[in-house]
Amino acid sequence: MIEAENLTKRYGDRLAVDDLSFTVHPGRVTGFLGPNGAGKSTTMRLLLGLDRPHRGDARIHGRHYRDLHEPLRVVGALLEARAVHTGRSAYNHLRCLAQTQGVGRKRLDEVIELVGLTGVARKRAGGFSLGMGQRLGIAAALLGDPSILILDEPVNGLDPEGIVWIRTLMQRLAAEGRTVFVSSHLMNEMAVTADHLIVIGRGKLIADCSTEEFIERSTEKMVVVRTPEAERLTGLLTAEGATVVPGAEPGAPLTVTHMEAPRVGELAAAEGLVLHELTPRRGSLEAAFMELTRESVEYGDTAGGAAAAAGLDGAAAIPGAVPAQEGKTR
Amino acid sequence: MTAATSGHAASAPPGTAPVPLGKRVGRLMIAEWTKIRTVRSTLWSLILLVVLDLGFTALFVGLTVGQWDKTDAGDRATIAADPTSMILGSGFFLSQLTVCVLGVLVIASEYSTGMIRASLLAVPRRLPMLWAKAAVFGLLMLVLGVVVSFASFFIGAALMNDKVPVSLGDPGVLRAVVGGGLYLAMLGLFAMAIGAIVRHPAGGITGVIGFVLVLSPLAALLPGSLGDHVHAYLPSEAGHLIAQAHQGKDDLLTPWQGYGVFAVWTVLLLALAATLLKRRDA
Repeated sequence: MIEAENLTKRYGDRLAVDDLSFTVHPGRVTGFLGPNGAGKSTTMRLLLGLDRPHRGDARIHGRHYRDLHEPLRVVGALLEARAVHTGRSAYNHLRCLAQTQGVGRKRLDEVIELVGLTGVARKRAGGFSLGMGQRLGIAAALLGDPSILILDEPVNGLDPEGIVWIRTLMQRLAAEGRTVFVSSHLMNEMAVTADHLIVIGRGKLIADCSTEEFIERSTEKMVVVRTPEAERLTGLLTAEGATVVPGAEPGAPLTVTHMEAPRVGELAAAEGLVLHELTPRRGSLEAAFMELTRESVEYGDTAGGAAAAAGLDGAAAIPGAVPAQEGKTR
Repeated sequence: MTAATSGHAASAPPGTAPVPLGKRVGRLMIAEWTKIRTVRSTLWSLILLVVLDLGFTALFVGLTVGQWDKTDAGDRATIAADPTSMILGSGFFLSQLTVCVLGVLVIASEYSTGMIRASLLAVPRRLPMLWAKAAVFGLLMLVLGVVVSFASFFIGAALMNDKVPVSLGDPGVLRAVVGGGLYLAMLGLFAMAIGAIVRHPAGGITGVIGFVLVLSPLAALLPGSLGDHVHAYLPSEAGHLIAQAHQGKDDLLTPWQGYGVFAVWTVLLLALAATLLKRRDA
């Protein structure tokens, strides 16, 4: 279990992490989601005792990281920045880390095999591609067979095969009862990997809920309807409380929100209106995430535009993920 | 189920139980030894140390002997008074720079490559990592320094034999030769401390070389006894006195006093490095 309590970290006059509290439970993959610069890496460094917080506390199994006697047997961490001496071979890198914890050679060979670096283990880590470097980092994290994994953007630089591999690995580790805390700035990646999400923006907590709930809450349900009698149907649905956005040109489908597809079909049938198409849809999760964190994005302002392009009404996108944030998401 | 396994299962989860001190120290020293010997810069620096030290011993002593008859009486007397110092000094003059470079690299390269983060995740209390590194590197330099120092002495003594015979049995000579190793070991730790403070290989190397090579001629320019005192208490100036068979007539400090001054410098810098390591974000 990982606990963060009112974590606050300031760099100069910039608040990187702002009074952040959350708990990461074992037995599931917890996604740590936020746009670039939201403070994910800093938070992870605070959990691992690499940075010291200005305020607040971070605990692993109820202890500070620095009080763990054999930390690599408790927590395996993959940091965003590389943490490998470029002149040392992958094998020797893992070996000197293993020696600090009394981890034997058998385990060393096991993790090298597990991450698929057996063929290049004797080569200098400086010559590794981004993906191989990432695998080496994961090997280091798994070295002590830890019950907690903290992985900062593990899919970075991995090819599609590698992404599936790490996704499967994380889910397997969580199924074994381990605590898996993994950061990403990609909503879609987290949607398929994580069971639970902790979402931050500008160092503040935005949401802490199950992935399912997050998707449910953050993506608008819509129904796409095509009918030759658009005007009559629009009047009918609007009268029943639905919001109808007309198509861009005559004959283009209508987008109906705030009403389920069966109800749309029933109303049309009752009035004898012909429907050519009746399709329930969800808004794009990625767009919803960008909308949610738009106010907290550090760089650029493409999020709003992208959300609009995805055909989402910003007003309806987020029915308030975290109560305190409700006002802010508007 | 044996009592041992059931006892283990009932105790703290893996990795949270205290490890006995001796075991902890052993593990960290082995790990630091692995780190030191598995990068190429170590091997190259050490080869260079040996080659430069023995090469320059042979070169300088050989030239001195070759020019002996043209050398004026005062210089001859200086050499004759303490040939050990002249022999060892010839070797250290350039080769000590490799020790400075290696000392800085041992720690600063961890920062420049990012390895320090992996190291500190493994040893989150931080200071044990620094002490283990200092112990392993210090011992390595001591062993190598003593070996090189003896080799340098035997080469030099053989070349000098016709002009100024000197042997290990002469007063102070054995201490001076072992002292050569002590000097290199302390210099290595001194450089490592600066590397840990600066956390940047180029900056650290510049800093150490500034201390060792640039500061002493500058201090010598200071007027009168102030200059003499400042000069005498500079780290490498004080430190290399240990490689003299006896105190020279112009030396303010005895060999052991000089080495003590160098040790104080090193301890203070290591203490500063430790404080910063503990306080700074990695």
